[in-house]
Amino acid sequence: MIFSFDLLINAVISGILIGGFYAAVTAGVSISFGILDIVNIAHPAFVILGSYIAYIVNAKLGLDPILTAIVMMPAFYVLGAGIYQIYYESFEKRGQESLRGLAFFFGVLFITEVSLVLYFGVDYRYVEAPYIGPTWHFGFVDIPFRIMVPCIVSLLLIAALQLVLTRTFIGRAIMAVAQDQLALRLMAVDPIRIKRIAFGISIATASLAGAFLIIIQPVEPSVGRQYIGRVFAICVLGGLSSLPGTVIAAMLIGVVESLTSTFYGPSWAPAVSFGFLLLTLAVRPAGLLGR
Amino acid sequence: MRTPAFLLVCFVIAGIVFAAAVAAGNDYVFFAGYVVLQYIVLSTAWNILGGYCGYVNFGTAAFFAVGAYSTVAVYKLMADSDFYPMPLPVLMLVGGVVSGVIGFGMGYLTLRLRGAFFAIATLALAVVLQTLVVNWDFVGGSRGAYILRPEVVPYIGSYIEYLFLVMLLLAVAALTIARLIERSRLGYGFATIRDDELAAEASGVPTLRIKLIATTISGALMGMAGAPFPYYIGYLQPESTFGLDYAVNSIAMPLIGGTTSWVGPLIGAILLGSLQQIATVTISSAVNLLIVGCLLVGFVIVAPNGIIGLVHTYWQRKPEDFVGRRRVETDAPGSVP
Repeated sequence: MIFSFDLLINAVISGILIGGFYAAVTAGVSISFGILDIVNIAHPAFVILGSYIAYIVNAKLGLDPILTAIVMMPAFYVLGAGIYQIYYESFEKRGQESLRGLAFFFGVLFITEVSLVLYFGVDYRYVEAPYIGPTWHFGFVDIPFRIMVPCIVSLLLIAALQLVLTRTFIGRAIMAVAQDQLALRLMAVDPIRIKRIAFGISIATASLAGAFLIIIQPVEPSVGRQYIGRVFAICVLGGLSSLPGTVIAAMLIGVVESLTSTFYGPSWAPAVSFGFLLLTLAVRPAGLLGR
Repeated sequence: MRTPAFLLVCFVIAGIVFAAAVAAGNDYVFFAGYVVLQYIVLSTAWNILGGYCGYVNFGTAAFFAVGAYSTVAVYKLMADSDFYPMPLPVLMLVGGVVSGVIGFGMGYLTLRLRGAFFAIATLALAVVLQTLVVNWDFVGGSRGAYILRPEVVPYIGSYIEYLFLVMLLLAVAALTIARLIERSRLGYGFATIRDDELAAEASGVPTLRIKLIATTISGALMGMAGAPFPYYIGYLQPESTFGLDYAVNSIAMPLIGGTTSWVGPLIGAILLGSLQQIATVTISSAVNLLIVGCLLVGFVIVAPNGIIGLVHTYWQRKPEDFVGRRRVETDAPGSVP
């Protein structure tokens, strides 16, 4: 293959933009797995659920997918809080979260996926919005709006989350709940309530990530599975509980994946994130910005 | 019961099962029975790591597919040589060794960390191995590979009867291994890891080493279950061989049956496997997967110790009377102080 500078620059830029979107998908996992220590492997399934909701509303009412997702966030929050309550009552309270909790989330992932298949079939679905067609051209650099818009909104979302986590009382309590529950109780805060809120927030981000996903690519129910490895690779690489670390790791993986698919072919791209995951686990389990 | 006596009982039961299947006089019985037997092996293998050690493996499909694809690779390699066709037991040995090595490697990379990392890594392993197979044209790539199966096997009969018999023997072997482990020092080592790894380590249990033994045995058994699969299906395709249903079934079956004893995966696989065979024929294959998912979630919430646990509570007996000397998990104190 002839090495092309244009191709390289374009691959890097689209990798960074895609990385911004990956950060939105991973933000929820960084909160649930990184901070709360709840191994929510069903997170990508909720992202796909968000995609389908954006699709239905877009197809029926013609509403903008991102707007739909923001409107739907409270509903996802309630869903997340409900799931945490079940998880807490059935597993955490009995101290069985390691084996059965994992199996529970795996079952939830499976049920969501099969239900979507039964209801919508395995056809690819897509949405329509004004910013999906056009592309900016700067000389040889192309920036497609359909990737840039999700990237920008995603960075705004993560900035907002970071502000909430570091500046508000609830946010600080969320950061504290992972470290010392007893100390939190002494501050007259109920750790279970804080965890419920945090898990609700983590699922609420899936609504927005789902809208981004269906803007960027057509979606069918099993697409979510490809994101499981990727999302956890990013989360581990980013240092588990650090949102800035998540953004950096997401962009890094986005760029490497984009380079791989440009120069070796798209069929190799899924192996990249796993390679990163194994490498991180073997060399530096604390991640890039880990404590 | 001593192991030779146990083996004898197993062989008698296996003989009865085989005779009954032959007496049914319908090839469908063999095709359906093969799948159920395959799930007995897969769920028993999963339970050696998942149930005894408490480490969740989401990559059953990966290990299974490695076994199946090593058969395809050997088949293609040997196509022109004198040894063609290779006998099935040899192929199963190859599949078992390759899968066992992969299990060992996975374990070595991730088992030094918290358990969740192992689970996530196995999930990603399936994706990566699938990528490799899709890009590997020698074994068919994304188009899939055809395997011609012989019509008859000397002394036994049609090929599907032979496959059924081989899988029946593998199931007996898997159950015997699981039972042996359960009653050995190794089994107690596994149980200490499941209950409290830190305390086990502090008491001098070589945790990493015995965890590696568990991943290797478990992976090898899954590979051996996968090795005859190309001959069963005739046309092997990455999409279906790496399917999520292997993963969800091999987790659901032990958890529904009960994870603390070899009986659990057996009960779970027979019940769930037969139920799925019936549901696939009468309803549809997507609905039957939904049933499995719902049963899995329902059981882990309502009956954490599976059917075995339910039986215990029903008879109000001590767990020790029923399943050997193994302790059945009771409600541990909550993690919140």
